[in-house]
Amino acid sequence: MEKETCTFSYCQRPEVVEVDTDFLIIGGGMAACGAAFEACRWATPKGIKVTMVDKAATDRSGAVAMGLSAINTYIGENKVEDYVRYVRADLMGIIREDLVFDLGRHVDNTVHMFEEWGLPIWKKSDDGWSLDGFQARDQGKPKLKDGGVPCRSGKWQIMINGESYKVIVAEAAKAALEYNRKALNIPQNHYERVFIVKLLKDAKEQNRVAGAIGFSVRENKVYVFKAKAILCAAGGAVNVFRPRSAREGQGRAWYPVWNSGSGYYLGMSVGAELTMMENRFVPARFKDGYGPVGAWFLFFKAKATDALGADYCAKDTPEFQDAVQKYGKWAEALGTAIRNHLMMQAMKKGRGPILMNTHTAMQELAKQMDTKRLKHLEAEAWEDFLDMCISQAGLWAANNVEPDKVPSEIMPTEPYLLGSHAGCAGFWVSGPGDIPGAPAEWFWGYNRMSTVNGLFMAGDIVGASGHKFSSGSHAEGRIAAKAAIAFILDNSGYTPTIAEDVNALVAELYLPFEIYEKYKTYSTDPNVNPHYIRPSMYQARLQKIADEYFGGVSTWYMTSKTMIEEGLRKLQLLKEDASRLAAANLHELLRCWENYHRTLSLEAHARHILFREESRYPGYYYRGDFDFVDDNNWRAFVNSVYDPATDTFTLKKVPYVQIIPD
Amino acid sequence: MPSFVMVEKCDGCKAQDKTACQYICPNDLMTLDREKMKAFNQEPDQCWECYNCVKICPQQAIEIRGYADFFPLGASVIPMRGQDAIMWTIKFRNGAIKRFKFPIRLTPEGYWKAENIYEGLPEPDYSKIKGPGYFNYEARKE
Repeated sequence: MEKETCTFSYCQRPEVVEVDTDFLIIGGGMAACGAAFEACRWATPKGIKVTMVDKAATDRSGAVAMGLSAINTYIGENKVEDYVRYVRADLMGIIREDLVFDLGRHVDNTVHMFEEWGLPIWKKSDDGWSLDGFQARDQGKPKLKDGGVPCRSGKWQIMINGESYKVIVAEAAKAALEYNRKALNIPQNHYERVFIVKLLKDAKEQNRVAGAIGFSVRENKVYVFKAKAILCAAGGAVNVFRPRSAREGQGRAWYPVWNSGSGYYLGMSVGAELTMMENRFVPARFKDGYGPVGAWFLFFKAKATDALGADYCAKDTPEFQDAVQKYGKWAEALGTAIRNHLMMQAMKKGRGPILMNTHTAMQELAKQMDTKRLKHLEAEAWEDFLDMCISQAGLWAANNVEPDKVPSEIMPTEPYLLGSHAGCAGFWVSGPGDIPGAPAEWFWGYNRMSTVNGLFMAGDIVGASGHKFSSGSHAEGRIAAKAAIAFILDNSGYTPTIAEDVNALVAELYLPFEIYEKYKTYSTDPNVNPHYIRPSMYQARLQKIADEYFGGVSTWYMTSKTMIEEGLRKLQLLKEDASRLAAANLHELLRCWENYHRTLSLEAHARHILFREESRYPGYYYRGDFDFVDDNNWRAFVNSVYDPATDTFTLKKVPYVQIIPD
Repeated sequence: MPSFVMVEKCDGCKAQDKTACQYICPNDLMTLDREKMKAFNQEPDQCWECYNCVKICPQQAIEIRGYADFFPLGASVIPMRGQDAIMWTIKFRNGAIKRFKFPIRLTPEGYWKAENIYEGLPEPDYSKIKGPGYFNYEARKE
């Protein structure tokens, strides 16, 4: 196939805007907002410029755009060491314990700041019931930092009125950026609707990041940012696997549909080392609407059963014993992956649908309450959806489901790649360096810096450090930002110089426009044209490969060496065809680049699964040819480096080090 | 469809630079038909139903029609987002109605500015920039 290039013979050349800054934050979600808040305080007195660039509007960007009904990481009365134990058990024994411990010792301050900024946090009433944010305020309940008692839904989770969670956190971040901007007299340091698509290496220093390039999705402008340090907080990857709902409903991804693997791609585009990309998350959620189940399990104490009323996770079943035999002590801990596995065993035997017994839980709670409390409880149950997954409330209403009368179906979703929720796929980063027992090689000077100098990571794309959730991502953004400012101060003589030819990069960014404009009149229907591929069709092809070869829903998450190798062959052809992606407008250009990002994220995932010869995450994926957990050989990290020049991956095993005793 | 725009109610945000829904949509879906001066969702199968366009629309011209793959018709979920609270009206397929009101924030909207965001918080101590903790917080020790 002939190689296409963009010479701007057919499409319009964009204006190129160069922005010189010192600390560049890519992303606008929880991690990025945390970074802005912390960075601007350290940076401003030293004259260091901080800039945030977000592909959407920061008030409602990132994974918390809709809101949340709980903060899932608040240590409070617990011990940080126990937090590490919980994360380790849930992620089947492989985490960077230094990173998780570090997160745990910082996160509470971030939650306290949320409350300071105005986030309503539920409190315990004097008689042990729950008070919402207004009731707690009106009854004079103290804030968490002053000893206020939150409503725990689980050991680590606290309930909030979180419809405006992101708006509040964004407001604080924007105020911090404004503080930096005004003090240093910068015209603009917050860019919305600019989609960063590549990181750029330094021309003079080996292995150092010097900038980033992206385009406006509103006007014909390409932005080149030069920076002394960069924080990548651009999120995980959604809709890389074919979703269960393949038409309109594919928008109802469990994780935000706009997380397109950009965080992974950006780091990979400059050769940052990855870890645990074989990990994925397959949440069990209310069927189709993907409404949250956490509060139902933990707060309302609902039980999930098979359709015959049996507890499919019961330890006296042959399925459980089989799981322990294959997957060892990690199965006995009944973490999220194993519960998925046991659910699927029941479904495969025809004992579905699997039911969340909301009705029995509500009826049990109703026995202990008067009418007023019962009404409050009903509101709490609906708020859980309305704060963070409004579709699920609509789906119950459309099906006339009253949760106090009938159970609701739950189901494992399609796979997602992420590192802040119950997953840990991401980059290998420097730890804090002061945790006793952590190997010396886990610290290379700056906390959360990747293996590329000057490139820091936070949130969904930090590997081997899951269960951060929203608060932990914000906390990690702050940790990384502080270290990045230290890095800038230590390298005060540095001036970034872009290694690549900017004009060539601009042409590369706009290639999908050139292709579309060149060929669009060849066929009567611009959607069916042999010269190019539209982004939505490309995405469907990517998802089909992922689903059928790399263990998606259509194979019950099953794959193997032979299946992955065949899938990779098909993926290679798709990657070649990526150079024929076509965009009719800026919105489609956004979709084209999101798909480049998805593709490389998926390839890293597949290659890691291929390398790890065991099934570390049963219930998330299975290697049919190695359907067991092999702690002797594989309780280890799998790390990889992608070389953009040769389009190849190099993988290796890195020994596990346990810091916190069992 | 996710989100849909009612022709009668949408005024295209009176031909301003961009519409409110276009400004807020996290997935760049809402756009303006400049001939009709009406907004629409340009890619409904990528809509998360996050309701941010519904909540922000000054004309209340946007609602959600549930995903046609799996939603029976006839229900609706309508928010009214105020300064400090949100009201929800849920209409069931069978006509039943539920209404809820929840707090959304305890500070006035737009309260945080450059002038007060760090007010009352300590100055950064640069001797601690490479250790644990934040500018305003010593990391927990156990």
